[in-house]
Amino acid sequence: MIIIGERINGMFKDIARAIKDRDPVPVQEWARKQEHNGAHYLDINVGPSSPDAVGAMTWLVEVAQEASKLPLCLDSTKYDAIEAGLKICKQPAMINSVPAEMAKMERVFAMAAEYGAEVIGLAMNEEGIPKDADSRIALAAELVAVADGFGISPDMLYIDPLVLPCNVAQDHGTEVLRTLREIKLISDPAPKTVVGLSNVSQGTKNRELINRTFAVMAMANGLDAGIVDANDDELMEAIASARIIMNMDIYCDSYVDVFMQRNR
Amino acid sequence: MAVEILKEKYRSTVGEVVLGATKDQGGTRSHTITVGGEGALPYLHFEGSIPNRPAVALEVWDMVPAEWDPLFEKYYGDVWSDPGTWAKKCVDEFGAEMIQIRLKGADPDLKGASVDDCIGAVKKVLEAVGVPLIVVGCGKPEVDNTLYAPIAEAAAGENLLMGVAELENYKAVTSACMANQHNIIAQSPIDINICKQLNILIAEMSTAMANRIIIDPTIAALGYGIEYSYSIMERARNGALQGDKMLAMPMIGNVGLESWRAKEANQPEAGEPSWGEQEERGILWEATTAMAYLQSGINIMVLRHPETLKVVKANIDDLMKDNSY
Repeated sequence: MIIIGERINGMFKDIARAIKDRDPVPVQEWARKQEHNGAHYLDINVGPSSPDAVGAMTWLVEVAQEASKLPLCLDSTKYDAIEAGLKICKQPAMINSVPAEMAKMERVFAMAAEYGAEVIGLAMNEEGIPKDADSRIALAAELVAVADGFGISPDMLYIDPLVLPCNVAQDHGTEVLRTLREIKLISDPAPKTVVGLSNVSQGTKNRELINRTFAVMAMANGLDAGIVDANDDELMEAIASARIIMNMDIYCDSYVDVFMQRNR
Repeated sequence: MAVEILKEKYRSTVGEVVLGATKDQGGTRSHTITVGGEGALPYLHFEGSIPNRPAVALEVWDMVPAEWDPLFEKYYGDVWSDPGTWAKKCVDEFGAEMIQIRLKGADPDLKGASVDDCIGAVKKVLEAVGVPLIVVGCGKPEVDNTLYAPIAEAAAGENLLMGVAELENYKAVTSACMANQHNIIAQSPIDINICKQLNILIAEMSTAMANRIIIDPTIAALGYGIEYSYSIMERARNGALQGDKMLAMPMIGNVGLESWRAKEANQPEAGEPSWGEQEERGILWEATTAMAYLQSGINIMVLRHPETLKVVKANIDDLMKDNSY
């Protein structure tokens, strides 16, 4: 599973304060820590309260790239902020995210094609998040088709089937897992899949246990990537073990260390 | 309409290891040999680069190899009392690209050769030939562990390939190689998991050593489990090409030793008339084993019969012909 480290996000107080004071230390610490623990991408989100999203994104991208060589996943609903970030990314980035709404898809896919960026497409539209797998898959197909019109290959797309907290929408769990399996049948090459892992456990106790249980179940259903807490060691160990069970890595006694160290 | 040929894309390559060192590089070899570096499965030149040909070595002992089949006497009988002369014949007359000196004499149950005797044997070979050298112990860890450091030091600068390191006994040989910049044979018992783990342990002792490992997956002769070794090597190579750095090392196999343990190579014709002439049969047994391992990606083979060496070199010539399109 491709690990997108979630920690550089203005929703966290230390990052919000860092953005406000333009203090690079917390951002760069988290960049290094996540890379050290096996992240493949760093999610960069300025948070909801930043008055100047474009300025904040530009600054975050700059300071994150000073501390880490990892590619970035630019996370915002403000597409001008994403575009400002794309302009200064030293390597192809990921855009997080676009729903299956025509105006937004046109804006984002044009930008992705221009900068060679991958895109996270959300299986939702103006009507919100679908309740069942079939509607999610239909939206995924729409994302694939529109992206194709911009010359973006389906394997540059990461479809997020959108998992809801298991304490409020328990019936979505199996629908999401089925969506992950069936998305692979949409096209050849198939689109990739991603989930924002921590969503599944919002507001529950035992959050980490639920997160890692869902992570390995989703992997077994074909999940390619996750926006996760890369510093949750037990989660990373569970992912490393799932890769062994799924024959994605060759077993050896130090397989957990090998998985964590692959980027070092 | 042009047909689009589907070609496999590999994510990574096998590491390259240079063996031996010339005078400029601090050694006394006439040339070096580079193995590994493959960017595709064996000899699929059309899918990736196969930059280095596999190297073939002949085996030299530091004592008369009484346990070898008597048919070897006509090739080595005049030289096998002296490792230097023996090695020279292997290179000059038979065309060996490397020499593996096996310090069998150090075995207390055979000759009980001292550390100095062993150093002497290695030095004789170094003086007699210009090809890169492989040095292995007698096979008894308690004895071999006393040999590695003094030999590594005596041959400092020569960029030897030394072995063997095993999961339960890798520290002495790893430190000896680390301290004197030699390469190491990491041997695992036909087990991909142990193979990878041992490479990790060696790399943990020294990251520089990670680029000096040659994997010995332990090979079996034709008819004695060749398919097990073959599939382990295939798995390691697939892992390497998919980016598993802890399996991305060149591989070595003792083809001669294993093949000439087979009943089919040693049975005299009189004992099994329907099997045909013994020596020809033995050579075929060894050569067939070697050719199978070439197909599984082996990079260094230690052979025993000079005729096998010839046949296998011709096979390698064919395999190295570019078939890209």
